[in-house]
Amino acid sequence: MALKKVKGTLERALDKNVQDLVRGIRNHKETESKYIAECVDEIKQELKQENLAVKANAVNKLTYLQMLGYDISWAAFNIIEVMSSTKFTFKRVGYLAASQCFHDGTDVLMLTTNMIRKDLSSQQMYDAGVALNGLSCFITSDLARDLANDIMTLMASSRPHLRKKAVLIMYKVFLQFPEALRPAFHRLKEKLEDPDPGVQSAAVNVICELARKNPKNYLSLAPLFFKLMTSSTNNWVLIKIIKLFGALTPLEPRLGKKLIEPLTNLIHSTSAMSLLYECINTVIAVLISISSGIPNHTASIQLCVQKLRILIEDSDQNLKYLGLLAMSKILATHPKSVQAHKDLVMQCLDDKDESIRLRALDLLYGMVSKKNLMEIVKKLMVHMDKAEGSHYRDELLAKIVLICSQSNYQYVTNFEWYVSILVELTRMEGTRHGKMIASQMLDVAIRVQAIRHFAVSQMAILLENSHALANNSQRNGICEVLYAAAWICGEFSEHLQNPKATLEYMLRPKITTLPGHIQSVYVQNIIKLYSKVVMKGEVEEDAELIKEVNQLLLDKLPIFVQSSDLEVQERACTMLQLVKYTSKLQDKGVKVADELESLSAGDLNPVALKAQRKVPVPEGLDLDAYINRPPSDSSDDDIQGASFFTMSTDEHRPTYQYEGDNKVYEPTEDELEKLREARKFEVEHNPHYLKGETKRKGKKYDASNIDDIPVARIDLSVPLHVPGVSPSDKYLMLPSSERKGKKSKKGKKKRKKGGHGGTESDEDVEAMHAVSTVVDMPEGVNLSDKDDNDDNLTDPFRKLDINLDEPLRDDEKLPIRTHHIVPESSQDRDLDAEEHKKKSKKKHKKDKEKTKKKDKGTKERKRSKSGHKEKDQPSLLLATSGMENGVETAVNENAGDFKSVVDNIAPSDKIEDIEFWLSGSDAAATPSPSKEEKTVENHVSHSPEITVNDVLSTEEDDNVKISEEKSKKKKKEKRTSTKDKKLKKEKKKREKEKRNEYEEPEGITTPSKENLSISQLGTPMETKLPPMSSYKLLGENASIKMTYETRVTHQRSDQIIVSIIFNNLTSHHVKDMEFNVLDTLNTKLIRGMGQSHHDAVKVPFTLLPGSQNEGQFAFSIDSITMPQRMRGTLTYIVKSDEGSTHDKLDFKINLPCSSYLMTTPCKSADFATLLGSGDLSAKSSVNITPVDTEFSHIIAKLCFFLHFRLVEQVEKSASLYSKTIQDHPVCLLVKMNDGSVSLDGKSTDGTLLSNVLDDAKQLLTDTS
Amino acid sequence: MIKAILVFNNHGKPRMSRFYQYYPEDIQQQIVRETFHLVSKRDENVCNFLEGGTLIGGADYKLIYRHYATLYFVFCVDSSESELGILDLIQVFVETLDKCFENVCELDLIFHVDKVHYILAELVMGGMVLETNMTEILTRIEEQNKLEKQEAGIAAAPARAVSAMKEMNIPQKIKDIKLPDLPSIGNLKF
Repeated sequence: MALKKVKGTLERALDKNVQDLVRGIRNHKETESKYIAECVDEIKQELKQENLAVKANAVNKLTYLQMLGYDISWAAFNIIEVMSSTKFTFKRVGYLAASQCFHDGTDVLMLTTNMIRKDLSSQQMYDAGVALNGLSCFITSDLARDLANDIMTLMASSRPHLRKKAVLIMYKVFLQFPEALRPAFHRLKEKLEDPDPGVQSAAVNVICELARKNPKNYLSLAPLFFKLMTSSTNNWVLIKIIKLFGALTPLEPRLGKKLIEPLTNLIHSTSAMSLLYECINTVIAVLISISSGIPNHTASIQLCVQKLRILIEDSDQNLKYLGLLAMSKILATHPKSVQAHKDLVMQCLDDKDESIRLRALDLLYGMVSKKNLMEIVKKLMVHMDKAEGSHYRDELLAKIVLICSQSNYQYVTNFEWYVSILVELTRMEGTRHGKMIASQMLDVAIRVQAIRHFAVSQMAILLENSHALANNSQRNGICEVLYAAAWICGEFSEHLQNPKATLEYMLRPKITTLPGHIQSVYVQNIIKLYSKVVMKGEVEEDAELIKEVNQLLLDKLPIFVQSSDLEVQERACTMLQLVKYTSKLQDKGVKVADELESLSAGDLNPVALKAQRKVPVPEGLDLDAYINRPPSDSSDDDIQGASFFTMSTDEHRPTYQYEGDNKVYEPTEDELEKLREARKFEVEHNPHYLKGETKRKGKKYDASNIDDIPVARIDLSVPLHVPGVSPSDKYLMLPSSERKGKKSKKGKKKRKKGGHGGTESDEDVEAMHAVSTVVDMPEGVNLSDKDDNDDNLTDPFRKLDINLDEPLRDDEKLPIRTHHIVPESSQDRDLDAEEHKKKSKKKHKKDKEKTKKKDKGTKERKRSKSGHKEKDQPSLLLATSGMENGVETAVNENAGDFKSVVDNIAPSDKIEDIEFWLSGSDAAATPSPSKEEKTVENHVSHSPEITVNDVLSTEEDDNVKISEEKSKKKKKEKRTSTKDKKLKKEKKKREKEKRNEYEEPEGITTPSKENLSISQLGTPMETKLPPMSSYKLLGENASIKMTYETRVTHQRSDQIIVSIIFNNLTSHHVKDMEFNVLDTLNTKLIRGMGQSHHDAVKVPFTLLPGSQNEGQFAFSIDSITMPQRMRGTLTYIVKSDEGSTHDKLDFKINLPCSSYLMTTPCKSADFATLLGSGDLSAKSSVNITPVDTEFSHIIAKLCFFLHFRLVEQVEKSASLYSKTIQDHPVCLLVKMNDGSVSLDGKSTDGTLLSNVLDDAKQLLTDTS
Repeated sequence: MIKAILVFNNHGKPRMSRFYQYYPEDIQQQIVRETFHLVSKRDENVCNFLEGGTLIGGADYKLIYRHYATLYFVFCVDSSESELGILDLIQVFVETLDKCFENVCELDLIFHVDKVHYILAELVMGGMVLETNMTEILTRIEEQNKLEKQEAGIAAAPARAVSAMKEMNIPQKIKDIKLPDLPSIGNLKF
């Protein structure tokens, strides 16, 4: 045996290891692939051996080969074998290989679940670490689901190294298994305050990644992050947090205001460039989000721009690059501040670094004005000539077009210049932006009427030189401009100097090498030109000319007829016949020019990109309705009903023939026809349509799309020089000379612009041409109408858009395996781990118990349906009524392994609820929580303003500074609460009627209803009862009304549920409601796991205008013998059209002793036994003069509101029975004598009894 | 998020590649080639950021790289990472390599790419930055090395002897990776 081992070791020593492999590959440079093939064979042999060391070595070699591009997925199973080794060394090799080559599609991954789980719970920290590392690379949704709970456990590990990794990998888990997010989130949140900086940083990292995709769900963490930001000294964490704030501020402008100051302080104080840069970036984001010019923000902008200038001027190219990047963000909202640095940006255009030049280009876009446009474009053109590399040149070209065309040619004053520029751009070699230039040409020619003459002459020149453009046509995008040129020349042929010459250019045989769609346009426009020439001939009575041109077409058109492109061929055939026909007519001496002209009469407008989509669906047309029923069970269902023009499969008849359902289709035709007519009408009579009027006319700027013209696409490329094209340079001189003259005229009118004196004012530069903004759209549709189809539903991060503030529901927990064999391993296991295991075992037990309970619950549900009522069975409430129980059980479940963490963590202080925290910032100074203040003092160098006095004291032990604000708040609360009382009385009447209207919200069973029916069963109802509602007013203001009732269940003796109906009184949405109460010693609101007793509970719905909804909140109670009153606040946001307003509503919840009573049936015999037993030691009685003297009403009221149950009634006396949730029986004898009622009670607890009697007294004497 | 970390030499030979998102091997090679192509044609004194190639990422992604002697270290990251922060991270990575290999050079990376992976695993996990504190990273690596040695024990002695023999053939190692001072970001402390 020993010998064998030694032998194995020796063999192993002689095996090739990675180093040998590398060396071998280096020595076989010529025959590398052959050598590697040999090695792979060797590896395959090694993998077949039993010895794990050999296998590990082989796998290690495979990992190296993988890097060189060899597929090693065939060895996946062997890799798993190595991963499962008990030796760390081999395990690590295995996991590395796995992390390099495993992925979603690796089928053997499903074998790994248990192995990885074992590794994760390994005693050896590094085993778990390595497993986490590997898992982070190949986690699949199955693995994520199965292992989420194990990773959660690791998050609470005592070793920071594992905690850190577990926290980080949670992000991957969430991505694969979004359901884990909510159960795990609060623990993740705790880790933000982990004592270990590494863990903290990991948690920040994960939350930042999550928040980047769905920022709104993480707004509530802002106070926590704010605290971290002001306390952390780890730049890495700071950067992440600051970046996160940058994502959050657009959602919550108040947050931005709060941030400005600490951020500017950081900008001033930090020496780390990376931090400085991120601070500036976030300040910019803040300033964008609160662009309403509050005066002192110009200072912040100036600070940013100034700091950025320093970055840009730095010799370090990296800083320069980033500076420009940040500058372009400012540009969007504060162009004036950036324009002051134009010199700097222009300078950067000359930088040798392409990245920097591109960034500078971006900036230029926002810097142009009417005055400097020509100058800037000129500079860009020069750059373009010099530029190497087509990428940068294309970028320049696109930028020129973009700069000029932005906001509807706002800055172009001279369109002749612009057309020349466009023509010059066609000389660009090998650009792929031919289409873009073409669409610009078309756009300008169509929309700027005054330029047509010039444009047509330029286009004619282009057509004349088309051979230069058309070379290598297929490869070069630039030939696309011929499309535009041909169209412009044809459409506006009246401007042509010599139509016949142009016609000849267009009929060159070379044209046939152009792409089909361009040829089609050629053919179409040849006819337009033809009609023009014929017209000319007829007017001048030049028969010779007509004959010539006829002959020309008859000769040349056939080359298009032979085209392989169908469209070209078809058009050419039509045109050819047309020409033949007209020449025949002309031979007879008939004048045809007018009729030819009318072929292409009328103006064309560009059709808006969205026009088709915006055509309204006519009433009565159901696009989804079948026109023909699809044949049942047909396999090609999908073809059916997809199109109007599908042939019906059975009869081969167009589906729009009259039969069956086709009524739906008819109105469409009518409507369409009407629409078409209306559109025509509109085009003709549109007052905005500029029909060749004066050149100087006020321009209309609007945001309409100018690239809307539909142009088909192609490619080609060639170097060329077009002779005779007017150079754009001459226009540069023009404005300067013109300007002088104009300035004197316009000087007085010049509007004053705030800000920099140095910035040029655009107003004094006169536009020379008007731009028409007409585009065709269906009637009644605006161009600016939002596109609703843009939503990208396939975004994987959408799944992670989960509300995290909602309390957990019952079903929301991580899947936990039910069978798990705890591996018994080596003796030297440290205490820590042992404890760990115990906990996990405990957890299992609890879990099982829970599932059992659940089973019971469902059984019970069935039983109760069939009419049985069994006292001792768990009630429905636990099984069905949602989240409160969910929270509770979840807390129990996790309580075990939590404790260890909680011990480590500083109590999460009082982070006030986000709304309050934020609203604090509106009050002038910066009320940062005092804890921050403390840490701030330690922190680098914070400006002194932050430590002002009216800081909110948030730490419990920090009694020294009790803020004014807080006491103010208290006063306010008092005031509102008294108001509430008054209101309450007023509203109570209304409340009573409410009961009937109240709708049961979906998914929430209302135990009160059940109770009601039960109690009514037992209550004699001879007389008609007044409508009763157990819902009492909780609070009301202008926007919200809350009514509540309490519910209890015998299953939980320590819990009461307050069910609140939120009623939206406004006509707006009310959202982000958060419910909070000040806990008393006895009664505490049950919040989500890990939340402190100051956190608010999010109300899990938003209220539609005028609607109501019910939310339930659970309270834990200790003693039930005393009535409880609790103060609370509801904060919410009313979202109206003008914006959203935050508001709050204070309230008091009354929990009288009677609310702990449960309607419990009791037989009169049992009742008598109970009274006689002597257990009921406490006695009390009270005499009341009730408002309502009807005895049955009194009994009904007692039964309904105080949850009693009638045992026996003899004339005007009755005995009632009830029981509290803590099993105190309460017996009541009600007697009525001459309008007064005497109540005698017996119970086991005196206080309870007297309190219940008080409740009864109040109930019966309440006049409202 | 970091999408990929690539190390290749001046000739584009991959020395280490780590993808935090799955790509088939041939695409990986293509990415390495493309990245090399993009990075290698840049001058020494231009900025260290590149708008990413077409294969990896897209508009949101950037290539952030550093060039040390014969090696390029390229990180492909999205916009949630701080550009300067990543530059620092590369520096931390290289300095850690330098400590672990005692004056690191390309040959170390060639022959011990697995170790490089293990070191990297302590810095970046699943595309997210795990740790930036170098002493912490070094402790973790040392502890793991110790563990490895323990496990190898006596059994590995012959293997080690053999590999020592093989090592002797290697021509003198070229220790040429020098870590230049980085004035712009030198102040960033972790």
